[in-house]
Amino acid sequence: MKFGIVVFPGSNCDVDCYHAAKEVLGQPTEYVWHQEQDLSRFDCLVIPGGFSYGDYLRCGAIARFSPAMEAIARESERGKLVLGICNGFQILLESGLLPGAMLRNNHLQFRCEERHLRLENNRTPFTNLGEVGQVLRIPIAHAEGNYFIDENGLAELKRHNQIAFRYCDEQGRITPESNPNGSIENIAGITNRRGNILGMMPHPERAAEAILGCTDGKLVWVSILKWWGDIHA
Amino acid sequence: MHKLHLELQSLDSATAMGLKPQEYEKVIEIMGRVPNLVELGMFAVMWSEHCSYKHSRRALRQFPTTGARVLQGPGENAGVVDIGDDLALVFKIESHNHPSAIEPYQGAATGVGGIVRDVFAMGARPVALLNSLRFGELDSAHQRWLFSGVVAGIAGYGNCLGIPTVGGEVYFNQSYTGNCLVNAMCVGLIDHASLAKGKAAGVGNRVILIGASTGRDGIHGATFASEELSEQSAKKRPSVQVGDPFMEKLLLEACLELIKDKVIIGMQDLGAAGLTSSSSEMAARAGTGLELDVARVPRRESNMNPYEIMLSESQERMLLVVEPEKVSIVAERCAKWGLTATDVGQVTDDGLLRILDDGEVAAELSAAALASEGPVYSPVGAVPAWQESVRCLDYSTIKEPQDLSEVLVALLSTPNIASKEWVYRQYDHMVRGDTVILPGSDAAMLRIKGTQKGIAMSVDCNSRYVYLDPYTGGAIAVAEAARNVACSGAEPLAVTNCLNFGNPEKPEVFYQLNSAIQGMAAACNALNTPVTGGNVSLYNETKGQAIYPTPTVGMVGLIEDIEKRVTQGFKNEGDTVYLLGTTHDELGGSEYLKLRHGLEQGMPPQLNLQLEVHLQKLLVSAAKQGLLRSAHDCAEGGLAVTLSESAISGSKGVVIELINQGALRLDSLLFGESQSRVIVSVAPQDNAQFELLCGGHNVPCQTVGKVQGRSVVVRVDGQEVIAKTLGEIQKAWREAIPCLMSQ
Repeated sequence: MKFGIVVFPGSNCDVDCYHAAKEVLGQPTEYVWHQEQDLSRFDCLVIPGGFSYGDYLRCGAIARFSPAMEAIARESERGKLVLGICNGFQILLESGLLPGAMLRNNHLQFRCEERHLRLENNRTPFTNLGEVGQVLRIPIAHAEGNYFIDENGLAELKRHNQIAFRYCDEQGRITPESNPNGSIENIAGITNRRGNILGMMPHPERAAEAILGCTDGKLVWVSILKWWGDIHA
Repeated sequence: MHKLHLELQSLDSATAMGLKPQEYEKVIEIMGRVPNLVELGMFAVMWSEHCSYKHSRRALRQFPTTGARVLQGPGENAGVVDIGDDLALVFKIESHNHPSAIEPYQGAATGVGGIVRDVFAMGARPVALLNSLRFGELDSAHQRWLFSGVVAGIAGYGNCLGIPTVGGEVYFNQSYTGNCLVNAMCVGLIDHASLAKGKAAGVGNRVILIGASTGRDGIHGATFASEELSEQSAKKRPSVQVGDPFMEKLLLEACLELIKDKVIIGMQDLGAAGLTSSSSEMAARAGTGLELDVARVPRRESNMNPYEIMLSESQERMLLVVEPEKVSIVAERCAKWGLTATDVGQVTDDGLLRILDDGEVAAELSAAALASEGPVYSPVGAVPAWQESVRCLDYSTIKEPQDLSEVLVALLSTPNIASKEWVYRQYDHMVRGDTVILPGSDAAMLRIKGTQKGIAMSVDCNSRYVYLDPYTGGAIAVAEAARNVACSGAEPLAVTNCLNFGNPEKPEVFYQLNSAIQGMAAACNALNTPVTGGNVSLYNETKGQAIYPTPTVGMVGLIEDIEKRVTQGFKNEGDTVYLLGTTHDELGGSEYLKLRHGLEQGMPPQLNLQLEVHLQKLLVSAAKQGLLRSAHDCAEGGLAVTLSESAISGSKGVVIELINQGALRLDSLLFGESQSRVIVSVAPQDNAQFELLCGGHNVPCQTVGKVQGRSVVVRVDGQEVIAKTLGEIQKAWREAIPCLMSQ
């Protein structure tokens, strides 16, 4: 399975995602410069975290205009997998590949810490190895992760089972205290309706090896590989 | 047309720029004529304390600067130490105190930007940031504004760059009320072959300026950094630069690509004194001259004259020297990253820095005179009149508290000891995916992918000790930074330091500076950790009152097998808890004395360097043999606080049985800060082997208890003196700073 890690000026979790795909999963992986127009050689495109274009104007607002994002839209229509993490999630929202918008954290500070997530939907290529209700411990690191969507949009998300992860406490309860940024209904990650695009604020690449203190994020990476293996079996 | 910048300058304008009369005379002597405005301005910034070290240079020579691992000592953009496998660490610490006191967010942000450029100017990939911060007490709204602004500024800049901020320290003390300290440290990783130098070598080579455009921001910033803060300082806000971390990220990636492709002959960042310092230092190091035409420098403001361009401290700029045929490669690479690259001049053979303004000479002066022939003074030191009296401590007047549990909780909730999570959760400390010991332990640790190795880092200084006794305090700063690294299982390798003091022209301040350097040098020699660079920040005074002398020490260390790393939290129920080292009746300078008795007095704890060396060798050796389940340095708050922190970090209780039999006061025993002590826990099956190892290293080792239960319980001679649940101490320790900051 071939992974492409998209690099914008200002991306900074590209190295981490490359390591996760290449070394932890052991799959062929390439960096993709944001000006590339043909991304058809990849099976999964990862839009990593960071501060694309300095996050000036609005997070992800400039990156959405890059040739690579046009190519990603095309590849996603063909059913390829797209994983946007943190700034990658913000870019997916700005480019309209996922619904909703991102606001500043309600406490106005950057927050880097481990958080608990409840897996809400295991029928996606990114979560198929997990159980619904399973609690994962994965770090966040952002200043703008306060996900917002209007009432109709939220109803749509729920109707189509698009909420992938929600912030929760250690026991899996969805509480205001376990919400690190004020996001609506504790949403931490969503998919598109088709399920082949996932945007999430937490960083699964930072929790994929025991040496980093936690391996819960590996579930996302290994699920991707399993899904691809199953359809190519 | 009349050109103001070509006018010859009198003594009055020299003193207005911060030069002394004899320095102005020296300028005339060197030039053989009266300088014009551009030339005088260049001398004034280069001969400021910040750039020339004129009051500290002689004292700094007392530091050991060589060693088997030192590849680059002081004098370059950053120090370099070998860590084997053809890899090296590039690291340095630097202050940004005065800008941060005036404009905390931008002051701190650009402090990070500057130190990061110093590291990648050497060709290294910056992999970690640390910082050392000091403010007045948090009951003041202004201090809270400074503290939150500085932390947000460091976060805003470092997070955007994608360099994890993995460690640091924060202290609050009245002495920093008018003059906060912001010291930033950067550590980079490099292959030996990629090591770059800040040299303008090769006559005829081109000089390329890349990165941000040049504005009027920060003109005379280095001069500003070299004078006392006053009520007028707020007016110098225009001397504080504004950072653009995105530009820095582009600059970083472009420069590292150029280094990798071996396109660059020499490279230096434009920091303090901007184009003036980078050009003169690069030429002076290579023994060459430079000819620059400032009319070619891209500007962001109109009508800037050569004086302003040469002195601007606009951020995110680098000066490169490349062979003429490689100029196009630089341009191409910069274009990829959306950066401007401008050919601004060439390397010459006459040793002169010749500044042209559209071809017309605007300044012509010796590069070496600017960069390395500045005045050197030998200030006189004198023990301050108050020194003896603050060292006196009459123990008989200090009443021992009845409720020691309550004292422990109070200590855990003082901002100096309380959890710094409020700070480090604002920093991305995990990006790059290599942080294996996160903030909150004695030292931070990163893995080095592709090897079994790890690097450990720590910053440390207890300035109260230095205030009470500069020599001992200086030595303790080095010893404790090294001890923190050794507690993680890594061997301490080398030091960078940032010497924050008052006005060195005052004899009592120079005494502090010189004695602290002597103490630090003694500890560096004993521990075999040479100094590879750093910076001095003098004139940290407001209204004539100096800060506590604060020689911040940044230490780097190496662990050969990262699987052998050790953290401070207790791990397993039933593990044996040992106290390494010896507790003396030492309350002087302790946090306890300040908190309970309102005293910052007494002699600081004594430091036995021989014992310290043995202790650290023991820690490294025990870690290597896999004998340590946890290790935590006994520092501020003493034994009781150390035990509590290991308990909180590991979410495990501890039961301690101490035998005292009247030997020590109970407050000394529990809260005294005797040096060279570490609390370790060891699995029961390893006890015998561990004790044997302690004997072999001549380190006093005392079994004091067991990891057990959900409380911290301390008994002395069988009598319970402390009993608090984990929940209680954790609440006190974790909530103190957030609570103060939410006022």
